[in-house]
Amino acid sequence: MIQKLFFYASPQNFYPLAGRLWPVFACLATALSVWGLWLGMFVAPTDFQQGEGYRIIFVHVPVSWMSMVIYLAMAFWALLGLTFNTRLSGMMTKALAPTGAICAFLSLWTGALWGKPMWGTWWVWDARLTSELILFFLYLGHIALTSAIDDPRRADKAGGILALVGALNVPVIYFSVKWWNTLHQGASVSLTKGSSMAQVMLEAMLIMGIAFWMYAVALALYRVRSIILIRERHTQWVADLPEVKAQMMKISAGGAKA
Amino acid sequence: MIWNSWNDFWAMGGYGLYVWGSFGVTALCMGVEMAWVKNARAQALTQVANELAAETNSKDWSS
Repeated sequence: MIQKLFFYASPQNFYPLAGRLWPVFACLATALSVWGLWLGMFVAPTDFQQGEGYRIIFVHVPVSWMSMVIYLAMAFWALLGLTFNTRLSGMMTKALAPTGAICAFLSLWTGALWGKPMWGTWWVWDARLTSELILFFLYLGHIALTSAIDDPRRADKAGGILALVGALNVPVIYFSVKWWNTLHQGASVSLTKGSSMAQVMLEAMLIMGIAFWMYAVALALYRVRSIILIRERHTQWVADLPEVKAQMMKISAGGAKA
Repeated sequence: MIWNSWNDFWAMGGYGLYVWGSFGVTALCMGVEMAWVKNARAQALTQVANELAAETNSKDWSS
């Protein structure tokens, strides 16, 4: 088991594994989101307080969860990279950041669209919303920092430290509704009401949550393959890849015509 | 089925703008992200192949 982990810690071995895995996660994400959306939009009943407006929950809660989970995953890879000095860790951290940034943005966006009809405002500077905004900026900061440093190993180190320090913000987001008085509601709508109706809402929300999780994994695996290609471009194994050879054929065919 | 008609469904009990604004922008972001990673892979492959082609060319010239 441990030996297998070490085997796949090498970019050369992880590249084909990621290539085999991402379609699996993409299929799971598609199937689960179809199921979750069906339950959420066609089966789940109207909420007695918020009417149909509550259905934003089926996208708001999953993207908010993922914005935090992806940051924790980045911190995990960063810790691994900084302690064991593995090359793949930095690439994984880098591959996760854009999807995390998109999830954090969507969390704020869908939150604003939910806040307007329910609270009467798009935005308030309260603990939950502000800490999520900070998370969004941490993602952008990570992307900016790692792309501003030319040497990839140094970029990984700097990005890793930012990912680790910024991870302190994640529990702050999660517990903000408990620690401070905020406008944001505490637990999810369906958790406290034990009725069979709420059960469907909860199920739909959880299924959508897993769907977004699978989506994030698929995207990160797909993205890390491009990062591996660029960083390992001077190695023989990259030159031997069939997709690289096919691309070279195309170039030489174009050159022959010209 | 909880909706009486498709109009009912799209109206979302008066919350249509907010609900579809959330789902629409989420779908848009995911679509853009998928196109973006596909493009990044194509670019990575082109760059790698170009550099390799340049290397073999220079070897041909020097021999």
